Amino acid sequence: MESDVLVVDDSAAIRKILQRVLRQTGMAIRAIHEAGDGREALAVLAANRIDLVLTDINMPTMDGLQLLKSLKGTEEWREIPVVMITTEGGETKVAEAVRLGAAGYVRKPFTADQIKEKLAGILELALPL
Amino acid sequence: MNVHQIIVDSINEAVCNVFSTMVGGDLGPGTDSVALGAPEASDGVVSFIGIAGRWAGTGSLSCSSGMACAICSRLLMTETTAVNEEVLDAVAELTNMIIGGVKNDLERHVGSLGLSIPTVVFGRNFKTRSVGSTEWIVVRFPWNDQELAVKVSLAPSERVAQLAPHVPTHACAMDV
Repeated sequence: MESDVLVVDDSAAIRKILQRVLRQTGMAIRAIHEAGDGREALAVLAANRIDLVLTDINMPTMDGLQLLKSLKGTEEWREIPVVMITTEGGETKVAEAVRLGAAGYVRKPFTADQIKEKLAGILELALPL
Repeated sequence: MNVHQIIVDSINEAVCNVFSTMVGGDLGPGTDSVALGAPEASDGVVSFIGIAGRWAGTGSLSCSSGMACAICSRLLMTETTAVNEEVLDAVAELTNMIIGGVKNDLERHVGSLGLSIPTVVFGRNFKTRSVGSTEWIVVRFPWNDQELAVKVSLAPSERVAQLAPHVPTHACAMDV
């Protein structure tokens, strides 16, 4: 089964890099959707069947933690695995993301292998590759 | 606690880490110095990101437009020869990752800090000034006959407030 992935980051550069990395993972992808902040992400989620979300934490308008909270508080989106991709090294925001139900996090700067490794662990549980 | 040395070491580590991981090339260690007050005329691309918390200030990256394009080309694996939205966005993200790395290191010493969304400026013969700041720690990294300068101005919040009453601590005035 092919999956739809949503990449959320206010940086178009990071969205482009993540698109490239996702294509290299070997994961069966039907489409990669993009959003520039949490609010845009909710609109994409409402219009598509999303199987995996990769999101930045620090974004304008609606940040990644607010997005995560919204996802986990909505019945139809609750089971979608969410991976936080962030420069945040502080334990507070990472711990908050885990408490809210994030499936994992990857710290920027990241290598393609780090993303692949993280997704492999998560997708094994949540999605058929 | 030698904050100056912590910042220099953090900048070196963050720049090396970001370049080796995402840009594809080894950098550094850079040459550090202290710049006092006076703004320098700039050509090329300059970015700023505000740092807030018990210590507050600004982080900045500057480089030539050629270097900005080269960084963007390597980061996004696309050929870029002129500064465009994609290049500015790449420099903004580079700023976020490098100063974010510095922030993460500093938090172990000065407590929790926050970062603003980065701002990037591109032009010729412009000056930048961070209101209220008197001292910048500058680390310069040579790269393929060009140079990336990473600057951080940081002080305890009480001191910043005394230097610049009623002025946002990381506002940057720009004379073009």
